[in-house]
Amino acid sequence: MKKNKQLENIVHGIFLICGLITVGCVLLITIYLVISGIPAILEIGLVPFLFGETWASTAAQPAYGILPFILTSIYGTAGAIVLGVPVGFMTAVYLSKIASAKVKSVMEAAISLLAGIPSVVYGLVGMLVLVPAIRKAFNIPDGASLFAAIIVLAIMILPSIIKVSMTALDAVPKEYEDGSLALGATPIETYFRVSVPAAKSGISAAVVLGVGRAIGEAMAVMMVSGNAPNMPGLFESVRFLTTAVASEMSYSSGLQQQALFSIALVLFLFIMLINATLNFFMKRSKEG
Amino acid sequence: MQTNTMKGKRKAYIATMRILMWVSTALTAALVVFLMGYVLYKGLPNITWQLLSTKPSYLTESIGILPDILNTVYIVLATLVIVLPLGVGAAVYLTEYAANKRIVGMIEYATETLSGIPSIIYGLVGMLLFSNNMGTCLMAGSLTLVIMNLPTIMRTTQESLKTVPQSYREGAFGLGAGKWRVIRTVVLPNCVDGVITGCILTVGRILGESAALLFTAGFAHAVNGIVDGLASPGATLTVALYVYAKEQGEFGVAFAIAAILMIMTVLINLSATLVGKYYRNRRSI
Repeated sequence: MKKNKQLENIVHGIFLICGLITVGCVLLITIYLVISGIPAILEIGLVPFLFGETWASTAAQPAYGILPFILTSIYGTAGAIVLGVPVGFMTAVYLSKIASAKVKSVMEAAISLLAGIPSVVYGLVGMLVLVPAIRKAFNIPDGASLFAAIIVLAIMILPSIIKVSMTALDAVPKEYEDGSLALGATPIETYFRVSVPAAKSGISAAVVLGVGRAIGEAMAVMMVSGNAPNMPGLFESVRFLTTAVASEMSYSSGLQQQALFSIALVLFLFIMLINATLNFFMKRSKEG
Repeated sequence: MQTNTMKGKRKAYIATMRILMWVSTALTAALVVFLMGYVLYKGLPNITWQLLSTKPSYLTESIGILPDILNTVYIVLATLVIVLPLGVGAAVYLTEYAANKRIVGMIEYATETLSGIPSIIYGLVGMLLFSNNMGTCLMAGSLTLVIMNLPTIMRTTQESLKTVPQSYREGAFGLGAGKWRVIRTVVLPNCVDGVITGCILTVGRILGESAALLFTAGFAHAVNGIVDGLASPGATLTVALYVYAKEQGEFGVAFAIAAILMIMTVLINLSATLVGKYYRNRRSI
């Protein structure tokens, strides 16, 4: 009996350790990023680092200002949201409320496929189809630009937006809709004026999730955005926070490498902020 | 008259919304069809036996992706072997053991945080944590992927553990079984579907991952056995695609890899759906 008790305790302990591993990982990631990101910020100075407009890490007189990257990431994400959310939202309403079961299941499979396509494949197609098309359409020397990145990001966030919005719309109680229909509203008026407001929190969560996806995407953006550290302009070659880290990491050293870690820290803070917002909406959506 | 204009406005609103919904859905569908069709059209003709069965050679100036295929298989296997026990263990702890609400909350918050962190940050931390200590190698990449995929395995396992009826557990406890025995004989066998789904999703995620592997697993193209392979640097298919497309301008090879990845993605989605259906049917009987 005593032996059994001991075994039970050991097993309990093992499972507890498994459970706490995620907590350990989050702590480890946070600590590592802070420890490796702080030195460069201290050396460069917080204000010149965050608000400096030039990034010339390999110049004789190196400058480490990441304002172009921060603004590019914000503009790029905002652009992707502006293009992607309306399309994703409308698709979600159609699939959740109007589409037949068959159309719904086929489209759900298609959307899962869209979500599963590796980001480098998006980058490859963007590089060979989208970038030349933009160059021709707008008659500019190089199509690799913020605009190309925005379109690729808008497509990449579509699946998350559609899926999460659909889950929220599917969960709207049937009685709400029946009530509205009984009062004389047409089905479409009911969906947009009753179901959508009822699913507001879930749809907001979908948008925030999209923001998180867009701001964190690196490889696809790297292949279509041109990658020059310019201040953002729609048809400028630009560099995002993510691509700033990825493009110089392989050959960097010293202060330059430390500055890259600082960029990652800034990106991490953005992501934590977005996660907190996401949690807020998810909780509200669950509470209904 | 008044009612007539109202009617017109309502009609216009309804028509606009209907058209917007159709256009959006059609656009989404067209995107999927275009991406799929374009990649397969460009990639399939480039998939040759020679490409699949050799390694890149400067002598014959040919490119082969055998090493990348092997590296992908190794990294998938190594990641699954490590992440499965950890993820399933964590899920069992959360559903079977955890009584303390604060610990549960903490673990759930950490899991959500992990699934929100972008892969480039994992790549960076993986480089600091693993590659700087054990060298750039597939194992370092695979350990990075373990952290990334823990939330997936935990979530799918937890979901299927929740469907194990409480009465099963009570029955086993009533017969005098200890907690560990109940978990081993009643709970774990009933969460197989969650574990399988988690595995499939993890494989999909690893196949598509590139940013986290670039600085942890490197991009060499050598043919190795699994033990040597894990200890040396190597590119997976996605990383190889990136290098061939962005740095070497070998678009034919890049599209061939892209087509292979597309087909794998379809197969993975299909098998995830089928596994889900199979177990749902078995449950409902």
